[in-house]
Amino acid sequence: MTDQVFAYIEHKDGVADDTAQELSVAAGKINPDAAVTAIVAGFGDNLDAVCGEMAKTYPTVWKLDNEAFAYPNAEVIRSALVSLLPENAVVLIPHDTFGMDLSPGLSVKINAAFISDVVGFEGISDSELTIVRQEYGGQVSTHVAADIASGAVINIRPGVFQPDEGTPITGEVVDKSGDIGDLTMVRKFIEIVEAEVGDVDITKSEVLVSVGRGIEDEDNLEMAFDLAKAMGADVSCSRPIVDAKWMEKPRQVGTSGQTVKPKVYLALGISGSFQHLGGIKGNPFIVAVNKNLKAPIFQVADVGIETDILDFIPELTESIEEL
Amino acid sequence: MEILVCVTRVPDTAENEIEVNSDGTDIERDDLVYSVNEWDNYAVEEAIQIRDRVGGTVTVITVGDEEAEEVLRREMAMGADKGVLLADEAFEGSDGLGIAVILKAEVEKGNYDLIMTGAQSEGGTAEVGGMLAALLDVPFASLANQIEIVDEKKIKVGREIEGGNIEINEMDLPCVLSIQTGINEPRYVGIRGIRKVASLEIPTHSVADLGLEAAAVGAAGAKVKRLDYFMPELGEGAEMLEGDTEEIIAKLIEMLKAKGGLK
Repeated sequence: MTDQVFAYIEHKDGVADDTAQELSVAAGKINPDAAVTAIVAGFGDNLDAVCGEMAKTYPTVWKLDNEAFAYPNAEVIRSALVSLLPENAVVLIPHDTFGMDLSPGLSVKINAAFISDVVGFEGISDSELTIVRQEYGGQVSTHVAADIASGAVINIRPGVFQPDEGTPITGEVVDKSGDIGDLTMVRKFIEIVEAEVGDVDITKSEVLVSVGRGIEDEDNLEMAFDLAKAMGADVSCSRPIVDAKWMEKPRQVGTSGQTVKPKVYLALGISGSFQHLGGIKGNPFIVAVNKNLKAPIFQVADVGIETDILDFIPELTESIEEL
Repeated sequence: MEILVCVTRVPDTAENEIEVNSDGTDIERDDLVYSVNEWDNYAVEEAIQIRDRVGGTVTVITVGDEEAEEVLRREMAMGADKGVLLADEAFEGSDGLGIAVILKAEVEKGNYDLIMTGAQSEGGTAEVGGMLAALLDVPFASLANQIEIVDEKKIKVGREIEGGNIEINEMDLPCVLSIQTGINEPRYVGIRGIRKVASLEIPTHSVADLGLEAAAVGAAGAKVKRLDYFMPELGEGAEMLEGDTEEIIAKLIEMLKAKGGLK
């Protein structure tokens, strides 16, 4: 059932993404004995470097070399995978902006179950795989059972399955470039427009006062700026604040915003979606203030305070100013 | 341009704390405030703006029970021209693919150039748009945060990717897009706006109307099934500061000083 497990390797500039190792760990949770095949699609010299690196973790590495893969266009890669994958394959893909683009459609085309954003595996019995995922922005978890008799496409949440320091193996790189069939170009990649640069570079900030939906109103942002001024910190925010156009995109922390590495991160009225947490690196001291005790931010914060930030921020600011 | 937007009615996470019910079979649904899925609301706003620029119609559809009609009416109050409710007991327990199969049947009853979904909803699976596109065999782009109509047959779509960068693609119509929040600023809908559309008819299409087999959708057709709900394991969990506000602030300031959080 799960002896044909594949891992889709994302890479850039000749370096595999962190998820490349994490998928190997996740595959081991499904079936510790599976011989997992890494799939590396790309173009040119960088591709060989990634394949070589992957052969230290995966017993088999499929190299897919084609000019059409110079940029990872999920629509084109899907068509290659549909022609290459054997029947009933189990394919692991990172749940990021590429995986969200690729996987649902791939599952339809190979007639496999799709299981999204998996954070845990609970075992397999016959053809029923039980996994753990989250709903409502991480406020509740669920067990989900999937019938994988005709295969599965499984999106794995990045950062969850942390690799051990494994002993490198000597896997085999197999060039499958000749087998990828006709690539249908239904969506043409044009260019990447780089993110705008803001007046403050929060990626360099040592202390961040970060606000989320709990700030409730644009006028209340002043509180956060006052607190930041008293602390000598910079102000950042979570996605809803940028969606509401209350702050500029360069101040947004998260996978679709900036990756920050402060010493101290004050999360004010931020629920803590995995996309937001994915933008906080370097193991900072995290203080979470939120009136919802169920907010996932409390699971990762060092210190939590259950209160309404609109009352709390001005009092904290005043106390710091009096120091 | 004929635009179809697929929407869904969900508990509003900005208004509710979501808790697991006593036997773990569902979330606690008493006193929940429901609304249209946030991502879908951006999709409807985008559809309305496109229609207002290039002409055409905006149709909103949802799979759900009678109560789901309220979100269709809300989106019609925003400016969508038509609404269709896809409701049938046979749809209950559908997985993402089941929902996509139902939507596909409705899509094929019309002649749509552009089909939109929200990028995700409360379950966070982000799956229905991509599945629908694959079932229809048309191009797909997820996480769209810019749409430019080039001509009757072509659009340019920006996808939000990591780091806030935008991936620009050119796509032929018809196609399916899943819409990311922040693509626009959805207009406000007041009670008065909803009253204005209160008398508009919203047809209901059943499994038979859509020409579907009941066994292909709903719990019967689902490969993926939720078994239960439970509270997430707290991991290490935060040290919660207790006491009155003064005490909490005093403790917090000591910690911030120790960790270099005060300059």
